[in-house]
Amino acid sequence: MAMKFSTFRRHIREGTKNIVRNSWMTVASVGAVTTTLVLVAAFLILILNLNQVVDNIENDVEVRVYIDLQAEEEEIEELGDQIAGLNNVESFYFQSKEEELEMLIEDLGEDGEAWELFEQDNPLNNVYVVNTERAEDLSGVASRIETFENIEDVSYRSDVVDRLLDFNQYARIIGGVFVAALLFTAIFLISNTIKMTITARSTEISIMKLVGAKNNFIRWPFFVEGTLTGVLGTIIPIGLVLGGYHYLYTNLNDRIDFPFIELLPWDPFAWQLSLMLLGIGAFIGIWGSVMSVRKFLKV
Amino acid sequence: MIEMKNVHKVYKNGVTALNGVDTFIDAGEFVYVVGPSGAGKTSFIKMMYREESPTKGNVYINSVDVASIKERKVPLLRRSVGVIFQDFKLLSKLTVYENVAFALEVIEENPKKIRKRVMEVLDRVGLKHKARFIPDQLSGGEQQRVAIARAIANNPKIVIADEPTGNLDPETSWEIMRLFEEISASGTTLVMATHSQDIVNKMRKRVIAMENGKIVRDEHRGEYGYEV
Repeated sequence: MAMKFSTFRRHIREGTKNIVRNSWMTVASVGAVTTTLVLVAAFLILILNLNQVVDNIENDVEVRVYIDLQAEEEEIEELGDQIAGLNNVESFYFQSKEEELEMLIEDLGEDGEAWELFEQDNPLNNVYVVNTERAEDLSGVASRIETFENIEDVSYRSDVVDRLLDFNQYARIIGGVFVAALLFTAIFLISNTIKMTITARSTEISIMKLVGAKNNFIRWPFFVEGTLTGVLGTIIPIGLVLGGYHYLYTNLNDRIDFPFIELLPWDPFAWQLSLMLLGIGAFIGIWGSVMSVRKFLKV
Repeated sequence: MIEMKNVHKVYKNGVTALNGVDTFIDAGEFVYVVGPSGAGKTSFIKMMYREESPTKGNVYINSVDVASIKERKVPLLRRSVGVIFQDFKLLSKLTVYENVAFALEVIEENPKKIRKRVMEVLDRVGLKHKARFIPDQLSGGEQQRVAIARAIANNPKIVIADEPTGNLDPETSWEIMRLFEEISASGTTLVMATHSQDIVNKMRKRVIAMENGKIVRDEHRGEYGYEV
């Protein structure tokens, strides 16, 4: 039997009124959701930015293959084909020694002018620049290229890569601990609130059943109340994200000198995160209220 | 109309509450259920609104066998039976008006009719002026009158009361009984479990006396018959 519209309105009305009627419960539940979401937000800001940094660095590291000065054009092409045949190579390109010198002069600025003398007699090598799919693949790819012919040297920033890999691993461990702690806190807070709700609501639910209310009739206002509670719990976290991240982004980003460390831009990141928090909040609220009613509807 | 055939009830903890009960209560009757504590009065009454279902036997409410109805159908049965309790069982967070309206919202009555009917029954129990109060702001007698208003709101054919005056002083009890008499006079079947010798002896009705899970006496215009 389809629900009458007037009944639907009644459920919305009752659910909303319950927020006020059970003011203490509301405060406790909203508090639990707020605490959880502030932690979730902080964690997500940290993790997503770290991810971004790791991505940036991964895109920056490359294997440089210095080609033997004696190599003929055909041999260089053949070397290119060999590199193309390797696993885990994402892309590579050829850079002539003239281009190399140009870049060097540019990089050194005023000091580079001295190098302009070499334009007549360039001592640099032609180079293949190879990007791998993942940073972990760098050393493997490098050592296999070393076995090819017509190569003077193969190099990659092993210090950066190793540190990056270390960092990545630590980030994962710390992230894992964070996730575990966060989940534990969230589950504890929410189940505690549910327990409080259950004891307070069990009499109420049994009376409704005695008067002849069907389970769905009882469930709906709880569902509405849960959704509202969850959404109310997102107000502070979303405020903190929008305001706090704006502060962080404007103040911190300028002070970081590393080229590959750059915070995700406030717009759209803060908005996307807020939307996500809204979703999580509503979900927690609904889940919590539905769980708390479920037990008593069986009677 | 209420009919029981060879009803037995054994609870999970092994207690036998009903031990072969047969009875027939016709439409419009007013019946007291009396007996010492633990005699099975409350179990007897709980059968009638399917708070408990019999271990053995049949219970017919308006010709429907409630022992075998599906769990889903229980709310429908409850809507045709108004129930009143010793402890009132009002929703404490709702106003008097909202408590009564609940019984009508449950049957998806249209909102206009709900408003009209709620004020009607509140007027009938003399609490129209306290519609916006919450139960805690009312006396025991007033709370019980709210419960009665809720029980009769959707015109049930049967009203069942489990020691409705148990928590009330004698004077207030009589106010409640006068209400019951009115409800009964309008053709509603009324079954009331009670410990009040005074009420049973002064307001003579059919009396069903229970002991050890059995009906031991059933007489019209009966007496309470137990020492207090």
